[in-house]
Amino acid sequence: MNPTDFESVISVKELDFFYGQSQALFDINMEVPKHQVTAFIGPSGCGKSTFLRCFNRMNDLVGDVSITGSLILDDYIDINHKDQDPIQLRRRIGMIFQKSNPFPKSIYENVVYGLRIAGQGKKSVLNEVVETSLKKAALWDEVKDRLHTSAMGLSGGQMQRLCIARAIAVNPEILLMDEPCSALDPKSTARIEELILDLRGDYTIIIVTHNMQQASRVSDYTAFFFEGKLIEFGETGQIFTKPSLKQTEDYITGRFG
Amino acid sequence: MLNSNPGIVKGRFWREGEAFIWLSSIGVGMILLIIGTLLFVIVKNGFVAFWPHSLALVETNSGEYYLGEIKQTTLHPHTGEERIQLKVGNRELYSLDFKWIQSKTISRITYPKEAVAIERTEYGNFYGFIQGYQSPLTGAEPVQGPNVLERIEPSFTEEVQVLARLNEEIKSVAVEMESLRRKILKAQYEGENHAAIEAEQRVLREHFDLLLEAQGKQHTVLSQYQVLLRDAEGTTKTLPLSHVVRQYQPNQMGLFAKLSHYLAHLWELFFDEPRESNTEGGLFPAIIGTVMLVLTMSLFSFPMGVVAAVYMKEYASPGFLLQTIRIAVNNLAGIPSIVWGIFGLSFFIYTIGSGIDQIFYPEQLPTPTFGTGGILWASLTLALLTVPVVIVATEEALGGVPSDVRHGSLALGATKFQTLMKVTLPMASPRIITGFILAMSRAAGEVAPLMITGVVKLAPALPIDGTFPFIHLERKFMHLGFHIYDVGFQSPNVEAAKPMVFVTTLLLLSIVILLSSTSIILRNKIRKRYQAKAF
Repeated sequence: MNPTDFESVISVKELDFFYGQSQALFDINMEVPKHQVTAFIGPSGCGKSTFLRCFNRMNDLVGDVSITGSLILDDYIDINHKDQDPIQLRRRIGMIFQKSNPFPKSIYENVVYGLRIAGQGKKSVLNEVVETSLKKAALWDEVKDRLHTSAMGLSGGQMQRLCIARAIAVNPEILLMDEPCSALDPKSTARIEELILDLRGDYTIIIVTHNMQQASRVSDYTAFFFEGKLIEFGETGQIFTKPSLKQTEDYITGRFG
Repeated sequence: MLNSNPGIVKGRFWREGEAFIWLSSIGVGMILLIIGTLLFVIVKNGFVAFWPHSLALVETNSGEYYLGEIKQTTLHPHTGEERIQLKVGNRELYSLDFKWIQSKTISRITYPKEAVAIERTEYGNFYGFIQGYQSPLTGAEPVQGPNVLERIEPSFTEEVQVLARLNEEIKSVAVEMESLRRKILKAQYEGENHAAIEAEQRVLREHFDLLLEAQGKQHTVLSQYQVLLRDAEGTTKTLPLSHVVRQYQPNQMGLFAKLSHYLAHLWELFFDEPRESNTEGGLFPAIIGTVMLVLTMSLFSFPMGVVAAVYMKEYASPGFLLQTIRIAVNNLAGIPSIVWGIFGLSFFIYTIGSGIDQIFYPEQLPTPTFGTGGILWASLTLALLTVPVVIVATEEALGGVPSDVRHGSLALGATKFQTLMKVTLPMASPRIITGFILAMSRAAGEVAPLMITGVVKLAPALPIDGTFPFIHLERKFMHLGFHIYDVGFQSPNVEAAKPMVFVTTLLLLSIVILLSSTSIILRNKIRKRYQAKAF
């Protein structure tokens, strides 16, 4: 069930995940295709968000969790190894959250935040990064005249695009998106989806979504999760038109979930 | 059919909780009423204290005369007869400042234009009439006339300035001598030769004695300037001009004159030393002491509280121990402040202070330097007292920062510390500052712990002055809160001190309001900057 006709960037092997005593993910094996968009779909509580957070070790922040198995980045970096510095990792793997979470600073400072904490203070570099990142995030034209005003004055959709700009400003290879459009109106959602399609090719994108149409619109590959297990993984077209498993078909056609 | 309209519902009053809304609004009303009354009394009495009152000459049926300010008209609690309270002043003549006179015994009340009120350096106010002046210029006999004072004033002022210069010099020589004395003590303690210093001391001592002699002479010169006074009864009295702080004739003062008199008094209040065991004069040392105490307290309390709260909220792993600490911190706020005072006395003063003395000032012993009450120890004691407020407020503030934003920072590769410094603390700062404001108000009003950790009725020197090292944290200090207690309840003449108590209270309140409104403005500025939209 694992398609292998693509270049893989992260390979997940026998991943088990526990919140305290209860197991949330069971024996996940998959390859994440490089420079493609992969969508994780599945009903609420199926573990897709938990799985996403394994890629940049955000689960570390939760406290009582344990994880076995491995996620190998670029064939040699073991993401889950206890000596692996999550700080270095998170600079390579950016994340966009369900709720847009800009810092209560200016738009400019939001974008350069990641660079500043990494020690980059050169004005010329920062200015350039702000422009390119905001352009990539399709926000430049809307905010170029008010870069130094508070990011809190932006609309919900603009805030989410600012968060995307902020994430790509540190030049990551992978972008994790955890239901990035669930709090946005259809118009803003469409803009974000457009943006995802634009970013594809430069970045490896993993997007968790509840919205089946969205998954079919933006992703190249789709993984269906159910009750902590990876049920089916394949090319989006194939998953949505002729899924190989009955369970996947039932979910996609809306018979449950 | 009855009740056919479903929109009409009976018993709304109770179901909607109307009664409880009323009850809670009554609660708010009561609080407002109490605060309002308190503020009204303080403000009213505090503001009128310095206004020049007219002097009434009261003539009784039995032919007695009294001159003074009518303070109040009341009914006698037992006989029910009307009576007036007159502030007659002249304490050295009548021994009491106040006199009750029954209204029915009064035959006449007049307001003579030439009646004069004199504020003196001792014995309180004098109310009476000026008979004349005596000075070396005008000869041995007192001279009357409208412009005598103008004639003698220039030379008198000159002599006063001579004395002031002398006093200034004496003060600086005294400081020098004190430092020499310390040097000698130190040399003695370390067994070094100190003959040279002693020689220096002898020279200085001779200079000092000469200065003292000159000062004595100058006092004699000044005592030749006298004012001859007569009270309402006709008793005459001479008063050295140098004892006169201010003289005015309230019965012929216009509004403008009264206003300038009032402002002069305010100036004195803010910038002068107290007189007459604190019941008159200014509050300058107490204002400085209070402000410095609160600021020094903040310097210790705020960083300590914030750091502790950050550790508890952000780094310590939650569990039984942390919960116990949290409860303990909350309970610290409930310890009676006098207990903190005792702790401050035994720990800071007797343990740390004495330790410092033994290590750094052994030659001074047994005279303590740090081993006695001082503004440093009082500030530290107050810091302990207020640190729970800061901790609780900071913890709540940190808890109020949405975790989305923290995660956003961490996901960008920030460390926990970077997130704290760049995102969490700035976002929490408005609410942390609210905690500071509460702590500051609490500290400014606290008196009990100060009484045993360094506050005094009259401090010889300010804790901040022009001599090196400029800030003297070991010094004792004066405090407005203690001043209220001291003037209002410990002074020999409580009735006369009443205006001062109100003024001091008003001033303390104003300082607290000033300090906290500064912080509130600061907080609102920061809050506007970090205003989170739709979180």
